[in-house]
Amino acid sequence: MIACHDCDLVYRLRPMPEGATAICTRCGAILYAHKKDSLDRTLALVIAGLILFFVSNMFPLLGMKDGSLIMETTLIQGVTTLYNQGMTELSLLVLTTCVLAPLIQIFGLLYVLSPLKYNRMAPLTVVIFRFIRKLQPWSMMEVFMLGILVSIVKLAKMGSIIPGLSLYSFAALIIVLAWAVSSLDPHIVWEKIETRVKRKGRA
Amino acid sequence: MNKDIVIAAQASLLSCSICHLVTRKPRNIGKGTIYCPRCGERLHGRKPESLSRTWALVISAIIFYIPANVLPIMTVTSLGSVESDTIISGVIYFIKTGMWPIALVIFVASIFVPILKFLILLFLLISTQVKSQWRPKERTRLYRIIESIGRWSMVDIFVVTLMAALVKLGALADIEAAPGAIYFAAVVVITIFAAMSFDPRLIWDNLE
Repeated sequence: MIACHDCDLVYRLRPMPEGATAICTRCGAILYAHKKDSLDRTLALVIAGLILFFVSNMFPLLGMKDGSLIMETTLIQGVTTLYNQGMTELSLLVLTTCVLAPLIQIFGLLYVLSPLKYNRMAPLTVVIFRFIRKLQPWSMMEVFMLGILVSIVKLAKMGSIIPGLSLYSFAALIIVLAWAVSSLDPHIVWEKIETRVKRKGRA
Repeated sequence: MNKDIVIAAQASLLSCSICHLVTRKPRNIGKGTIYCPRCGERLHGRKPESLSRTWALVISAIIFYIPANVLPIMTVTSLGSVESDTIISGVIYFIKTGMWPIALVIFVASIFVPILKFLILLFLLISTQVKSQWRPKERTRLYRIIESIGRWSMVDIFVVTLMAALVKLGALADIEAAPGAIYFAAVVVITIFAAMSFDPRLIWDNLE
């Protein structure tokens, strides 16, 4: 059984083919999307995301040349700059939305999904998966990417912009993360967790 | 209303907001809290105090929106002269220099989206409160729109972050984040919470 999260209409869930989406007939909300190879695809993309995440944060994002002076910045330096300018709240917000939330999401999915793939369950899976589901809206890397593009245009009048190495990995990371999230089928994950918990209870 | 359909709340069913498991509401629960048997999330028939919480959040966001626009979001120092940028002056600058696409991006993200969010949330709050039965499907769609676009208003905050980090040459050229940015960030975060606290199922409850 499933109830529409937008209008509370109750449906009896029938088995659906992979790739199909169930839409509420009353309000048009997406009730449930059955994703193809969800676990495998999400895991592969999350692993790729993990690598890209570290590359993106280790190398400079943007550089600027003004005469003989070259300035460079990473994402973390942006956060510390705000902090040093007395903008503590702002720096925490940027840290949370662009570094912590995506990182927790990557590690959390890796931790929950890789044992589930082999029909095992890591301790605290339920708590962690629930936490990443709640954290989801606060991961805003794709918005940050748009911020990078706007900054480049804005700064172009002050000097010549040198795109940093991590600019490219950042762009790739956003695609990979968005893809990972869209291939994740939480319904299947919860069902797997439920059967694991029940089996454990019986043993 | 149609007799063939079942509404979870009327059938004493609770739907989990996180894992979407539907459970039967236990009898004689009184004021006790019920947790989802599958994921452990607190269960509610409707989001708790949805309307009053959303009202409170929308009103505070509107109040914060004033200093967010009046105060500068960053100060630019170049060769001794100090210049303050507000959100609107940023848009005007791009229009004047002919960079229409960027002007449009900033305008949509920083001005259009927050105001649209205020208006839609106020409309949803009022129409739900007066028990309107007018076009519930379209109003639900409006809700889904504001739920998904709110995050894009953060663009300006990220732009300030990057520019402040990149341009620091002391008196020669320096960019610092200014207080307006904090208020603006507060508006974005509060409106996201406001959208989360509104329960679209209340729109449909008025049809019964």
